[in-house]
This record gives sequence, structure tokens and C-alpha cells, in this order.
Amino acid sequence: MLTFPIYLDNNATTPLDPRVLEAMMPYFTGKFGNAASRNHAFGWHAEEAVDYAREQIASLINCSPKEIIFTSGATESDNLAIKGVFEMYASKGNHIITTTTEHKAVLDTCKHIEKIGGKVTYLPVNAEGLIDLQQLEEAITDKTILISIMYGNNEVGVIQPIREISRIAKKRGVLFFTDATQAVGKIPVDVEADGIDLMAFSGHKMYGPKGVGALYVRRKNPRVKVTAQMDGGGHERGMRSGTLNVPGIVGLGKACEIAQQDMEKDTARLSAMRDRLEKELLTIEESYVNGSREHRLPHVTNISFKYVEGEGLMMGVKDIAVSSGSACTSASLEPSYVLKALGLSDDLAHSSLRFGLSRFTTEEEIDFAINHVKEAVAKLREMSPLWEMFKEGIDLNSIEWAEH
Amino acid sequence: MAYSDKVIDHYNNPRNVGTLDKAKNNVGTGLVGAPECGDVMRLQIEVDENQIITDAKFKTFGCGSAIASSSLATEWLKGKSVDEALSIDNMDIVEELALPPVKIHCSVLAEDAIKSAINDYRVKNGLPALEMPKSHH
Repeated sequence: MLTFPIYLDNNATTPLDPRVLEAMMPYFTGKFGNAASRNHAFGWHAEEAVDYAREQIASLINCSPKEIIFTSGATESDNLAIKGVFEMYASKGNHIITTTTEHKAVLDTCKHIEKIGGKVTYLPVNAEGLIDLQQLEEAITDKTILISIMYGNNEVGVIQPIREISRIAKKRGVLFFTDATQAVGKIPVDVEADGIDLMAFSGHKMYGPKGVGALYVRRKNPRVKVTAQMDGGGHERGMRSGTLNVPGIVGLGKACEIAQQDMEKDTARLSAMRDRLEKELLTIEESYVNGSREHRLPHVTNISFKYVEGEGLMMGVKDIAVSSGSACTSASLEPSYVLKALGLSDDLAHSSLRFGLSRFTTEEEIDFAINHVKEAVAKLREMSPLWEMFKEGIDLNSIEWAEH
Repeated sequence: MAYSDKVIDHYNNPRNVGTLDKAKNNVGTGLVGAPECGDVMRLQIEVDENQIITDAKFKTFGCGSAIASSSLATEWLKGKSVDEALSIDNMDIVEELALPPVKIHCSVLAEDAIKSAINDYRVKNGLPALEMPKSHH
């Protein structure tokens, strides 16, 4: 039985796994203690639960439980990592290297760094969405303190060459931070093997709750420190003050445990469904997958349908919940900066749909989505003067469009 | 974006989608907008010997409001004389479809498309082109 709309926007957020909810429930009511209360059983139970979650998380990403700093989510983790390193290592340098396709939480934080006197290099990506390692190496100066490059992209799912990046960082004595929000819990992420110094991730992208995330901060080889961005009780080894969100942390821990246990199975199932969805949608004429198909998260595909306008397309696919590459909240259309960075023209960027599958997505839902999108594209093209011109062999670039 | 029922109805059941023979002398074609702006409208009218619009067709690349605006325009055009058609104002479309402020440009585009189709018809039939006061937005 299908219920509408069908949710295929799991890069935005995932539903909470019922097993996670079950683990969290006692910590809202009976076990409500403050994990920082050292004098009574309420506090001890909460602290015990937090410590257990730390172990579950550490096990998933192969680090020590002591290296996990709990935050309110990936945006806070991104801010803490970049601003915290910038402040802590100010005597060493003021230069940060990142990419043009990062999440806004990284890009806007980098803009802030520039405002307070830092220097930021934004590496471009190729048509596949991947950075050039040689360009990265050439961008490093003796003032470079941090390389901030995301693990898997939220819009196109492209996975950057993390191990090669970390090798370069290590060789040049630069710290490596990765926003791994879309990757942790979806693909094997191992901070040791991957050579990561700091890593941001979040609960609600991996079937955990919203409002909780973590920053991994390496303690050995090298020992990394970040300057706290909030003053208070000195929680989390002094790097992040604030009473711990115990139920949220328990949820994040449980989500990590399930991810570790089910990853192989989930990945096999999700990538097979994603590939089927993609293969079917590519039978539509003039449709294109955006970004690398080789280096990609297993549950994501981003496809552009030429000669169809994005907002019209979103209206046509109203029975599925997906994201569009077009942020048309006003009269001025703003195509996705990620797709633009991949070299897409405005019209192709506008007409893209992002599909993000989850462990709860069913084959039946994919069947429906395939037909739904095919019908919507066909209907809109029937109505599109551009499609008619394309079919008549008219080069749209040869037309002098009315001033607009 | 919440659309009005009328916009949704036009989007789901667009009236008069299609193509008239633009080579014919009694067919006027207007093509307005640009792909990179996210909307392109093509509106066509067929005019009889009494200057009455007997048929109107459109094709639109754009959002639901753009599709609805051009669909509505073709409905209104049929049966009107060419002169009467010139009096269709974009604000009439805004009102009829309850377009929100951010979608007013869709109605302006539809009015432009009407005027542009009429101009094409006029020029083909030896009449001077009319000014298009609202075409810049």
C-alpha cells in the first residue's frame, strides 16, 4: 500500500528509525537526569547512557569514544571545526582551503573567516563534481592551517577522494576536516584509514533524531584542539559547553549502531533500487545524471530533464517528495550553486531533481516514482515550446530571446 | 508555493495546448521570455476575415503560474476581435488566477505574448506594429 506523497528526499532528512525512538524514550521521562550531575543516580544514569552512545559512535567511525564532541547538529559541528581551528591555530597561519560545492554551513562559515581576517581558497570541481588533487596541493601555503572538504555531497552524492586528500594534508602538516554528514552511516567511514583529523556529522541524516550531531576531534597523531565557540560549563573536554541532549545522544548512538550492523545489507538494497530508478529515468530522452556515477553515495541520484522547467516539474511530481536544483522561492530563479559548479547551464540546473532513498524506501515506491516522473516530463514537454523547437532541430542558442 | 485552485486546474487540464501553422498569413505568433529566466511562452492566434480570433494555441516552458496564465489567455482570446484582445491586461489574469506577487511576471509575460502575437499578425498583413509598453520586467 502506497501512501502519498512518497518521501524520496532523504538527503534533507531521514525518518527516525523506530528502534532509535525506542532507545530514546526512557531518557525523556524516567531517566531524565543531567549527565553532568555527579552527585546522584539520575546524573549517573544519564552519563552512562551518553558514554554508551559515545562507544556506539566511536565503533562506527573507528575512533576513541573520547574523540567525540556532541553538538546540536552538523551545522554547529562545521562552525566549531572551522572557527575553532582558525582561532586555536592562529599563531600558525590563517589560510583555509575548501571547495565550491560544500554545504552552506561550511561556505558561510568560511565567508565569516574571511571577514575576520582569514584567507580562504575555494577549489573548483570538474564536471564529475570532483576536486583536482594537484590543485589542492598547489593551493597549500605555509600559512595553510586547514583543509575542509566534504566527504559526500548532499546534492549529487559525489564522494571526494578523501584518502588522497588526507595524505596531502598530512604530508604538508595541515589539518584535514571533513563534513561527512551525508556519508557517516551510509558508507564505511574510518577516521584512521581515511586520515581524518576532524569530522562533522548529524543524527537526522542516518535515521536518528534532529537536533543532535557530533564533531570528531583527533586526540593522537596529531592531537587536535579547537577553541570553544560558546562559553559555559566546559562540557565536552572544554570544546562545547551546554547540558548534553541525552535522549538525542542516545538516539544518535543507536542510529550509529544500527548503521554499522545493517550497512552492508542496506547499501546493497539501496544502490540496486537507486540504479533501477536511474536506469529507468535515463530512458527519458535528453535526461542526464549530474555528477560522478562512479564515486557516489549509494542512495542518491540527481537527474536533469532538459526542456522542462524546474518549478513546473516540481508541481508535476507532486505525489513524490523530492528536491529541485531550482530554488525558485521568488521571481528571480536561483539555480543550485552545486550544479552550476559542475558546469551545468542555468536551464539544466533548474530542471534537475534529486532523489534520496532510505532504508524504508520500497520497490513499489520506486516503481511509482519512475512512472510519475516519466508522465510529468512527457506532459510538460508536450506543453513546452522549447521541446518542440528541439524536436524540429532548431538550435535554441540561435534564437534571439526577448529581453526579460 | 501554494497555488490557487484555478492555477492547479489550468496546470492539470491546460486549454488549447498546441501549434498553429505559423507560415499562414492569418496566424500571428508571439514568442516571449527566455530559457535562462525560466519561462518561455509561445502564443498563437488565428484570425478570420472579420478580424475575429477563431483559434488560439499556446505552449509554455515555465512554472504552474506561467502555464496557467497562457492557458487562460488562449481561453479569453477565442471569439474576441483583434482590437478587443489588445485590451486584455495582465492584472485581469492576476485577479482571475489569484496569482501571488512573486508570480505577477507570469501574467505580464502572457500579456506580452498576446501583444506579440497580434503584432506578428499585423505586420504580416501590412499593418504597423504596436508599442509593447510592459515588455520589460
